Amino acid sequence: MVKTKENKTIKHSSDEDERWELRLYVAGNTPKSIAALANLKKYCELHLEGRYVLEVIDLLVQPQLAAGDQILAIPTLVRKVPVPIRKIIGDLSNEEKVLVGLNIKPINKNHG
Amino acid sequence: MVQKTKKNKNSIPKTPTGIAGFDALTGGGVPTGRPTLVCGMAGAGKTLFSIEFVVRGILEFNEPGVIMAFEEKKEELEMNVLSLGFDLQKLQKQGLLHIDNVHIERSEIEETGEYDLDGLFIRLGHAIDSIGAKRVMLDTIENLFSGLTNESIIRAELRRLFGWLKDKGVTAMITAEKGKGMLTRHGLEEYVSDCVVLLEHRVIDKISTRLLRVIKYRGSLHGTNEYPFLIDEDGISVLPVTALELNYGVSKERILTGIPALDDMLDGRGFFRGSSILFSGTAGTGKTSLAATIANASCLRKERCLFFAFEESPQQIIRNMHSIGINLQPHIDSGILQMHAARPTTFGLEMHLVSIYKKIRQFKPSTVVLDPITNLITVGSMAEVKSILIRLIDFLQTEQITFVLTALNNNNSMEQADQGVSSLVDAWIQVRDLESDGERNRGIYIMKSRGMNHSNKVREFVITDHGVDLVDVYQGPEGVVTGSKRREQELKEITGVQMREYELSVNNKEIERKRRVLEARIASLQEEFESMRDVLNKTFEKEDYQNEILAKKRAEISNSTKKSNGKDKGK
Repeated sequence: MVKTKENKTIKHSSDEDERWELRLYVAGNTPKSIAALANLKKYCELHLEGRYVLEVIDLLVQPQLAAGDQILAIPTLVRKVPVPIRKIIGDLSNEEKVLVGLNIKPINKNHG
Repeated sequence: MVQKTKKNKNSIPKTPTGIAGFDALTGGGVPTGRPTLVCGMAGAGKTLFSIEFVVRGILEFNEPGVIMAFEEKKEELEMNVLSLGFDLQKLQKQGLLHIDNVHIERSEIEETGEYDLDGLFIRLGHAIDSIGAKRVMLDTIENLFSGLTNESIIRAELRRLFGWLKDKGVTAMITAEKGKGMLTRHGLEEYVSDCVVLLEHRVIDKISTRLLRVIKYRGSLHGTNEYPFLIDEDGISVLPVTALELNYGVSKERILTGIPALDDMLDGRGFFRGSSILFSGTAGTGKTSLAATIANASCLRKERCLFFAFEESPQQIIRNMHSIGINLQPHIDSGILQMHAARPTTFGLEMHLVSIYKKIRQFKPSTVVLDPITNLITVGSMAEVKSILIRLIDFLQTEQITFVLTALNNNNSMEQADQGVSSLVDAWIQVRDLESDGERNRGIYIMKSRGMNHSNKVREFVITDHGVDLVDVYQGPEGVVTGSKRREQELKEITGVQMREYELSVNNKEIERKRRVLEARIASLQEEFESMRDVLNKTFEKEDYQNEILAKKRAEISNSTKKSNGKDKGK
């Protein structure tokens, strides 16, 4: 089921209709948060150029938002769109894992 | 062991849990502002224990609480405790409770690089701050280990979490599954070490027993035993041994048993109020009848009585007692007597004890009857039954409730079944079979009765249409005689008395007759004497008369000689 859906998405997304909504949860300016944000921006620019929206939420400012996305670990990257929701925790230092986790790699291949 | 730490100024501050009995055995509750670990196997009651801690905190101590559930969803939790009368939804609406369900979906999480659990801290902190919570429950935080793979990070973060909770000043309760050879599966006890409570659910002989033990309580004295506890419609009840200090007040008031002859054996005034009385004997010796008589006497004094039957149903007891002239039905109708019957095997011992406790608390009787205690052995060992009875006797004694127990002993050897309790009770009365001449009769005697003069005699115990009564046994040259032999002996004695009376009257008559004969003889002798005296008198008179005549004649003769001297000379 999931695979066929993905394939369809790929076909459509090649026409750059696909939008990626990403949300990064951080708690203040910790080294881990800064590293995660930097890594994420790098990957997005590389693989999802112009097709993504990135929202950074600082839980120290908005703690009530933590429960909604079931945030435990900091930093956590949440892929809201396309569904299903995916979460990647950690400083996102491993590029391959991040791309697999977000299911970005196939798109990258198509583009490449 | 259980001490009044509330009064002890050196003791650490404690937060009462509101869980019945637990606060007593820990001397006031769990340590305030520190985390407490509740561990146990699945189904041991960990979640319920902690929820009750939070909810009672809200309801009874006005301390808002946060529940952070890692296992169950919010709705599930609410449903689960609704049966205990805890309305979590209402409490949430009132802003006194905050439930946060932490859901970790392993499949949708990818880990890469360094992270920490600040998100959890922030969520918890937000929940605590939003309602000003004083109590926090984390159930079961070990689920983190299955949701996340980097164990070293989790461990470091847990250590930080518990430190952070202490800084926050909240009293936390953390549940954890028991692991093999360890208190918790992931060694949480390393981090939470102020107070550790272990809950267990043991099944012995197909009967389950829930047990609670305070393994560790830093900076405080606590009961270290395993305490049975129970989960029922009112939540958790733990049963500590109530009166370890043996310093309860005693009464000098005496209460009559309803059997005048038994009262006579006890100094003529019956038992002390609030004492425990054990009737023991073999099957069919009338223990229940004795207990029912005392219950009846209590009801007639307009004092409430609670009757626990473990052998017969209340209807059966009422019918059977009616046949010997003890009418219990009116007392039940007027509400002064309550009877509760339960098969001992329906639940474990501590459940029995708790239900007994509860009913006593509700009904507030002045007499409690338990018939028979020995049936409880079917659900527990003698030692367990004894420990239950110690607690029950202690409890009743502090409440000044007279406690009547019956015990069945086998093989006529009195040391058997009562051994456990006979030393605990204040009065012990043994009902025994006395078998002789093809007859079985009941003998009753007082083994002990603390604090009063009591008869050392064996009495015969008879059950009549008008209740039970005691009869003096006949002690003759052949020993103690009971039953029809005694009646025969009584008859013999009565006949003997009558015979003696008869004999006496016969003898009296004889004596009277003899007396009369004697008197008659005396009279005749006297008569004889009189006549003899008469005869003698007559002889004397005769002689006197003769002498008189002689003297007269002599005088005449001498006169005549003077006149006729010559004549004589002439002759």
